[in-house]
Amino acid sequence: MTAGVAGGLAPVRRVLSNGAVVLAQETAFSPALTISLGFRAGSLYEPADRAGLAWFSGRVIDRGTAARSAGAIADGLDDRGVALRVSTNRHLMTLSCTCLSEDFADVLDVLADVVRAAAFPPAEIEKRRAEMISVIRQDEDNPGIRAALALQTLLYGDAHPYGRPAKGRVETVERFTREDLLAHHAARFAPSTLTAVVAGDVPAGEAVARIEAAFEGWRASPSGERDVPPVPRAAATRIAIDMPDKPQADIAYGFTSIGRLDPAYHAHWMMNTILGQFGIGGRLAENIRERQGMAYYVYSAFDPSVGPGPLVIRAGVEPDNVERALAAIDAEVAALGRDGATTREVEETRQYLIGSIPRMLENNASIAVFLQTAEFFGLGLDYDRRLPGLLQAVTLEDVNAAAASVLDPARACSVVAGPVSARGDR
Amino acid sequence: MFAYLCCKQRARPTPADIMRKVRTAYLDNGLKVLIKELHTAPLVSVWCWYRVGSGDELPGHTGVSHWVEHMNFKGTVNIPRDEMKGIVEKFGGTWNGYTWIDQTTYLETAGKDALDTLLFIEAERMANGLYEPAECESERTVIISELHGSENDPDQLLETEVTASAFRAHPYRHPTIGWIDDLRSMTRDDLYGYYRRHYVPSNATLVVVGDVDADDVLRRAGKHFGSIAPGAPVARARAAEPRQVGERRVTIEREGTTAYLKFAWHAPSATDADFFPMLVLDAGLTGAKGLNIWSSFRGALPQRKARLYDALVERGLASAVAGSMIPTREPFLYHVSLTAMDGVSLPALEEAADAEIARVRTGGLTDAEVERAKRQLRARLVFENDSVTNVAHQIGYFETIVGPDYLDAVAERVRGVTTAQVADVAARRLANDARTVGWFKPAERRA
Repeated sequence: MTAGVAGGLAPVRRVLSNGAVVLAQETAFSPALTISLGFRAGSLYEPADRAGLAWFSGRVIDRGTAARSAGAIADGLDDRGVALRVSTNRHLMTLSCTCLSEDFADVLDVLADVVRAAAFPPAEIEKRRAEMISVIRQDEDNPGIRAALALQTLLYGDAHPYGRPAKGRVETVERFTREDLLAHHAARFAPSTLTAVVAGDVPAGEAVARIEAAFEGWRASPSGERDVPPVPRAAATRIAIDMPDKPQADIAYGFTSIGRLDPAYHAHWMMNTILGQFGIGGRLAENIRERQGMAYYVYSAFDPSVGPGPLVIRAGVEPDNVERALAAIDAEVAALGRDGATTREVEETRQYLIGSIPRMLENNASIAVFLQTAEFFGLGLDYDRRLPGLLQAVTLEDVNAAAASVLDPARACSVVAGPVSARGDR
Repeated sequence: MFAYLCCKQRARPTPADIMRKVRTAYLDNGLKVLIKELHTAPLVSVWCWYRVGSGDELPGHTGVSHWVEHMNFKGTVNIPRDEMKGIVEKFGGTWNGYTWIDQTTYLETAGKDALDTLLFIEAERMANGLYEPAECESERTVIISELHGSENDPDQLLETEVTASAFRAHPYRHPTIGWIDDLRSMTRDDLYGYYRRHYVPSNATLVVVGDVDADDVLRRAGKHFGSIAPGAPVARARAAEPRQVGERRVTIEREGTTAYLKFAWHAPSATDADFFPMLVLDAGLTGAKGLNIWSSFRGALPQRKARLYDALVERGLASAVAGSMIPTREPFLYHVSLTAMDGVSLPALEEAADAEIARVRTGGLTDAEVERAKRQLRARLVFENDSVTNVAHQIGYFETIVGPDYLDAVAERVRGVTTAQVADVAARRLANDARTVGWFKPAERRA
């Protein structure tokens, strides 16, 4: 364990009278800070026939308010070197940016206006719609994205919110109206769905006071929460998407796994690290890249959420190596699922994950992400300090049980996108 | 408490401060060591830089620098390949390396207790690489997979072709990953010979930044690197690029969904007086990035008030615009990349982009645009130095491509750029007859 981990973050948390949660963590690395405004307004809350609405809303939200034009917002941010990033996942839409400490008040003023009074001007909707369609068309030409999206649909089905493409489809984006955007905003942008995080070179008390001043007078009620529907168990399926002009094939292979609050979470995290993260990419990379020289990238990613998240293995391989790579993935998945990990792997992984905590909190932006996650899942203000203990408590048997519960090639879904017809075997 | 969070000293380094308090020392074998104590996190970042990159390669051996980089993760005399895995992770660390036109570098960032181990790894990498034949062969196919993976992206493919067309003589013309035929034909001896020539103390810089004691770092560096022979000096003789005398064009037509347009003009080197005016010009045209290629060229940019964004994205002709003005040792390229909006033709996009570029060529940027660009750059220079890893990168990067005393003057030089200087570089450097234009024209899917 690295020296100093016994301490940890010490954020100030305040719940405003309107329900908004504020978290502030002072740091002193550079004269800058990160502001992160997270709303429970992700794709889960969009109507089933409006796939991509939340994402699209994130592209228009900062293009005009009741008081500011798109140009005035750009003036307020661009002039200070600030780029607002809007990221939308299944549950959260997060607006975040980094600014100089001296610009905190001015930038926060713009951001608060954007989230409270977004106007979704019609001309801006049309511009962003054309952009969004172009981005989706670009994705259609990307084998990696095609494989990942197709796998998501195989795992969750079209009807499940986790199965819908986050950016939607050209035909859904074409249909969005201003009323759709206003309705999504009205339903999900409210003080009680907001977590505001400030991490950086500002005293925590001052950060909280400024956030309070920016949001205290805001009164708005969100629509009711929405539950994540049960996830149907996907039937093992393999599909191929032919993209004959592409030089390389991308593989996406995976399973549905567990939710973030499952008691076995830390065991699953360690199991996934062993499978496809440790070093250059865990057992998968050791086999497929290091021993067989088949792929530049191969790894597994584990993304638990409120509902059961996916565990996905990704690799890019030459078309002639697709079958060999899939066989190697099957073999590694089967071996870890059936035989479990070694004591050494578990100990090395534990040491690595505990040791990496200071790095996870190395800059303001990463601290803000950590605190947003901790607040969203209710992990507690001391989660970074409890994390070593939680990882220490995981046994070899826990890791093996996690592996056995997920890793079985007979229930894997997989997608290959790329020049599959050129191989002549599909 | 973490030292970096509860620390009472409020360091708040500004860009001008980055090089201040950097301890510079040389070992007897010529290895330059740069150390900066930053006690804001219980971490240390170690980077070992080599003055060799794809710009140093000869025809027939393109990609050798990058392949050598890959081989330097495949085991050394005292760290068998199987033990490479886990040696940094034991300290919660991350590791990586990269190769570009002027440099090759290796890094680890880990808990500060890892310092001695990280220095040992880098000394091993410098002196004791194994280059086992079977590992060289295995890595050949990994790199070909890396090449083909990048060619899946039409934008990347176009960039390679545009860069190759823009240069006639200078080795910056070939892609860092190498041409496929060279990757197929190079041998283990080619790799090993190249490694032995370039991986010597006199051609390297060791950079250590973090929660360390400089004297202690220097002592440990001497222990691990001190016995390595200095090696012969390596000359970096490169062909000069003749002045371009006419527009060059390249069109790729392949199956795809999206059209891409790229312009490339010959750019000033980092030490040219035109560099900072061009940096400000790029910020005015496409939004400020900064100068840290490890951290600043990803993610959202402040570009909504930028000329080309306003003229092309806001007017519905492009879905994205990007500029790339990067500090390099010798004159490289200033790239402007555009993604066509769905349904917009390449001629229409090029015509609109041309008109804007002509406008800036004849009229420069306004005072207000120049001031905004400079303010953006001032902020970005702070943002891009927000971790020990990023600070260490910047110290090593500039040391390797231009030598000492550059980085500490960066903020001042940005501040000093005038509207007239920006107009001057726009007029001289964005000429149509000295540019290369690339089209990626998506073809309908073959039947």
